[in-house]
Amino acid sequence: MTTETILDVKKLTMDFGGLRALNHVDLTIQKGEIVALIGPNGAGKTTFFNCVTGIYTPTGGEIFLGGTGKKPIRLNGIKPNRIADLGMTRTFQNIRLFQNMTVLENVMIGRHIRTQAGIFSALTRLPSARKEEKKTIDDAYNLLEKVDLADWANEFAKNLPYGDQRRLEIARAMATDPVLLLLDEPAAGMNPQETQRLDALIRKIRDEEGITILLIEHDMKLVMNLSERIYVMDYGSGIATGTPMDIKNNPAVIKAYLGEEVIDA
Amino acid sequence: MELEYFFELFLGGLVKGSIYALIALGYTMVYGVVELINFAHGEIYMLGAYTALIVASVLTVLGFPQLAIVVMAGLAAIIWASAYGYTVEKVAYKPLRKAPRLSPLISAIGMSIFLQNYVLLAQTDKFLPFPELIPEFEFWEPYSHIIGSPSLMILVSTVIIMMLLTYIIKYTTMGKAMRATAQDRTMAMLVGISVNKVISFTFVIGSSLAAVGGVLVASQMGQINFYIGFMAGIKAFTAAVLGGIGSIPGAVLGGLVLGMTESLATGYISSDYEDVFAFALLVLILIFRPAGLLGRNTTQKV
Repeated sequence: MTTETILDVKKLTMDFGGLRALNHVDLTIQKGEIVALIGPNGAGKTTFFNCVTGIYTPTGGEIFLGGTGKKPIRLNGIKPNRIADLGMTRTFQNIRLFQNMTVLENVMIGRHIRTQAGIFSALTRLPSARKEEKKTIDDAYNLLEKVDLADWANEFAKNLPYGDQRRLEIARAMATDPVLLLLDEPAAGMNPQETQRLDALIRKIRDEEGITILLIEHDMKLVMNLSERIYVMDYGSGIATGTPMDIKNNPAVIKAYLGEEVIDA
Repeated sequence: MELEYFFELFLGGLVKGSIYALIALGYTMVYGVVELINFAHGEIYMLGAYTALIVASVLTVLGFPQLAIVVMAGLAAIIWASAYGYTVEKVAYKPLRKAPRLSPLISAIGMSIFLQNYVLLAQTDKFLPFPELIPEFEFWEPYSHIIGSPSLMILVSTVIIMMLLTYIIKYTTMGKAMRATAQDRTMAMLVGISVNKVISFTFVIGSSLAAVGGVLVASQMGQINFYIGFMAGIKAFTAAVLGGIGSIPGAVLGGLVLGMTESLATGYISSDYEDVFAFALLVLILIFRPAGLLGRNTTQKV
């Protein structure tokens, strides 16, 4: 695999008034990697995600997205929907499905930016639009099969069990055909079996779909199993980076976690 | 006789209610998507009626046939009112999208006053006669005095429009994007929905519905002035709140309940207190069911 930089973040800084939530954070991800971003609560991990996906406009630093076939694109100040269009999307810590829509509709919504017709022409019932709609539905079903949710397609999202809702979020994100998928605590609130299933799913997404993954996670077992490289943040700054082995033995990391042996893997 | 009187009132309420519902849909859709009470919505209704009047007058002078006049005046009203709705959103609400919620509300009231006075200056403060766009025709003899053909046309057109709207919202991509945006705007953006387009589309649809309502009512009443949007707007707003603001079936139900209440109460009690009945109903609903008939609890949005 030739290395190609998918995400290149340089000296990313985010100030909220007088509070510096991110302080010159650097991070790069190569194509096909699974990278984890860890750190104690309040370290700025989610703020990092929010800056990178365009929800916040960073106050300093630069973000480049590569892997789109063109030269890297600078993302600072670009709107989230445009960033999704360029090939990066995310999930949230708390589940943010469109609860009152069906499972299938949730995925179809994500699929629409990859259709030719655009949202206005779908109002017409021209044959081309109808064909496209059918393709959207087929694509959505395929994705649901990949996450084992095809049987639930016409159920409201809110009626799914917790672990299934999480997987649906991932399916919806995948529907936008991302080159890079950001997962914010995908295993939060999951039981061990569900976590194991998630582990397999994330690997599958990377191996079969070729989607690069960056995840925030507190479940150290999952992080150590899954990720090839880890970034550690504390108080808004990057404090360490390396393979899971490096990180496990890094004194700065152990100190950041208040000296506790939380790494039990 | 008694029964016939009741049916007359019932159908009258149905017609009135369907018009309220048509306008209330604009309020409720906009609220659902941007959480804003668009107080300029009544003015869009009024502008629709004026546009139809102007176009119909010109076409009548040019000697167009009746059917062409109706169609073209209606279309012109829809397009023109939509353009106003679209512009109002861009000018008065979009710059304030991140402001505290009171700011766009005040902006909306300002827009409403502006549009009223703009029509007052551009037209006149007097009532203008409005042509009978919907012709009287004979049907259902000898019961036609219970419901006249214009009323029937209003009922039929509102039902068709509501079915069309339901289709758009349920099955089209734009409808799905609207529902997604209403539920979680940030998430909608993250899956690639252009929220600006969705909001503009919502205003355009709402304005079109208001314009149709304006033309239908004006044609039945036979006269319009710059102030008609105010009462229509307030009544439709009442209907939207009655049904539960943000809920589309709620707006329809609220409109029908309001129209029916007004019609039956004026018929059986006193016709002097039409508005009193309407707003008393609103007060009762707000006391006993603050979220409206079909409204959800609003505590979930933080």
